[in-house]
Amino acid sequence: MSHDHYQRHDAKIMTPSFIVLLVLTVIGFALIGVRFVKGIGAVSNMSDGYPWGIWITYDVATGTAIACGGYAMAILIYIRNHFHYHPMIRSAILTSIFGYGLAGFSVMVDVGRPWNAYNFFIPSKWQANSAMFEVALCVMAYTTVLVLEFLPAVLTTLEKTEWRTLQSLLDILHRKVGLKKQENLAERLESVKTIAAWLKPRLDKVLIFIIVLGITLPTMHQSSLGSLLLIASTKLHPLWHTGFLPLLFLINCMYIGYSIAILESTISCYAFKRPFETRELAGLAAIIPWLTVIWLSVVVGDLAWRGQLGAMFSLDFYSGFFLLEFCLVAAGSLLLFSRRNRQSIRWLFVSAALIVLGGALYRFNVYLIGFNPGKGWHYFPALAEIMITVGIVAFEIIGYQVLVKILPVLPKLHTRQEQDAQLAEKA
Amino acid sequence: MARTSRRQFLKIVGATGATLLAGNNSASASHEKVVNNEAVGMLYDATRCVGCKACMASCKRVNGDYGSLSFEKAKFDSDGLWDAPEDLSGSTRTLIKLFKESDKQWSYVKYSCMHCQNPSCVSVCPVSAMTHDKLTGIVDYNKNACIGCRYCQVACAFNIPKFQWERAIPQIVKCDMCKNTNLVKKGITACAEVCPTGAILYGKRKDLLQEAHRRLEEQPQKYVQRVYGESEVGGTNHLYLAAMPFKKLGLPALGNDAPAEFSEKIQHTIYKGFIAPVALYSTLCLIAVRNMKKQNKGGMQSHHDHNGDRTGGEQ
Repeated sequence: MSHDHYQRHDAKIMTPSFIVLLVLTVIGFALIGVRFVKGIGAVSNMSDGYPWGIWITYDVATGTAIACGGYAMAILIYIRNHFHYHPMIRSAILTSIFGYGLAGFSVMVDVGRPWNAYNFFIPSKWQANSAMFEVALCVMAYTTVLVLEFLPAVLTTLEKTEWRTLQSLLDILHRKVGLKKQENLAERLESVKTIAAWLKPRLDKVLIFIIVLGITLPTMHQSSLGSLLLIASTKLHPLWHTGFLPLLFLINCMYIGYSIAILESTISCYAFKRPFETRELAGLAAIIPWLTVIWLSVVVGDLAWRGQLGAMFSLDFYSGFFLLEFCLVAAGSLLLFSRRNRQSIRWLFVSAALIVLGGALYRFNVYLIGFNPGKGWHYFPALAEIMITVGIVAFEIIGYQVLVKILPVLPKLHTRQEQDAQLAEKA
Repeated sequence: MARTSRRQFLKIVGATGATLLAGNNSASASHEKVVNNEAVGMLYDATRCVGCKACMASCKRVNGDYGSLSFEKAKFDSDGLWDAPEDLSGSTRTLIKLFKESDKQWSYVKYSCMHCQNPSCVSVCPVSAMTHDKLTGIVDYNKNACIGCRYCQVACAFNIPKFQWERAIPQIVKCDMCKNTNLVKKGITACAEVCPTGAILYGKRKDLLQEAHRRLEEQPQKYVQRVYGESEVGGTNHLYLAAMPFKKLGLPALGNDAPAEFSEKIQHTIYKGFIAPVALYSTLCLIAVRNMKKQNKGGMQSHHDHNGDRTGGEQ
């Protein structure tokens, strides 16, 4: 695969939204500083009854599902053989990198004794019974795989770069600080280019095996994210506690993945003032209802099998959240069954948003809302706790905004116009 | 082309589902773990407890340094005169509470780790910081392995492991039967050693069970006719006798199956011998490589069409 159907988005990096996000990021990271100095209790409302708060529920359990765009697109392109979606994959992978990277970062903020994390690499400490062990190793491996998958974009840029920014930066440093100019700098930079040029074709050859690894790993750890709550049989409400948790989480991350790919494309086209990719998105959207129908049937079938259908309609706190989650997903899917809705960017956006909300609410229900450790325990996130999550998400968006402006990530416009013209000819 | 690959895709989804289904079925047909009655444990008889809290004081004195326990200042305690923990916490491993049904009817109750026969906390700990001693049955915690993920807290049906929320260097706190302190020095747990009324007995599980059933038989009118912990979640080594329903004393009503058995069955079925992940990876590789080849061929033929810049490189 060559990389010519991607392009850099040429625009200023310093935009108003960038500055707002930057402020949020700084606040978030300052609070993370407080957490490390004064303990987790100082910034969060987590307790011994609710030992997992929104950092795990949102940043890890839900954030990685939202970051499944790369996973879902890879299945579509490489396994279901729809290579015409290929131009969309790079931005999907980039958001996945940020989603997973920051989930990993949040875990390091959340765990109490992060300096012991090296134990994951010590075989005598391995504990294969633990779903958490599986999730941790898989997520670490997958983040590495994602970076490898994204590497071609970096290499292409390195190969072609003129180092203008670096040169001008060094010039400024030279003038203002009196930093000595290195004589052999040009030579060194040249060698970086040569290495990049050498590495790229070799990486291309093995890339497909890395990509497939990038499909296998999320299949494993997304299902294990569901397995994490299997043990809480006495705490998780029967509406959600089932042996099918791993399967439900797996399908859930797939439809969230496709829906988020639609949302990301729509939002970034809107924000970067590019034409909407309606045709590609309509194709994506046609897959989603099938996945959600499977998912909804498993949910209902399992409830019937366990004799919990009554709990669905008991209209208490739990049944309310269950119905909300169920209806959001069902409504979004119903909209997408209609071909005409799939051709409209507005309906695509609305239905994808409904499905992402419903799917994310499912994960919140399993991790927090349906979780009841017993009498006397309550949890609602503290402001500082929320601001840490907001800061991390803001950092994620900044990273995406900046990288699409310096690396070839977004689909090339003229490629798409060519494709459109060609399709028109055929028709 | 698209149709066949869709079928393959559905096959994969189906296969994953089938694996999970299989896991579910075999979970119900469980092979039961044998209860180890040679394990050491404690029997707490609520009817003999006078609420002197000597056990609490002695636990903190003995395990304070090793277990990183500290005195707790209550909200009302502006002069710093009490050690009054509200609940088990990052500073308190054992606690006596008083349940009041009415002015005449009340019962003391002791909380501490139940030392399950098949402990959930051990099953879920990703780095083996929670361990279950096969011989003694003691569930121990190793802070040098612990990453502080608090999965043990999520998993424990009794809400026993506690986390030090207010410390920069926190750890999990729970009873380890004085494994490294009093038990080594004196052969008995600190709480049982100081109990003036014999409400806390330390011993082998089989002896404790025998004693408990003897008491139930001798004074049937005095007790609720059950030994709490004998069968709950697959059996615990900390056992209870009481005159009041256990649920009222804050001991949850639990089934006889260990939650760890259910979750481990499913996890083991999916990951048995790592066959499923390897099979999934190889199948996907085959499909993807074949698709890539097809794609490249298609690209050659219609070089000037939409695939042109994909195979052609620089144009």
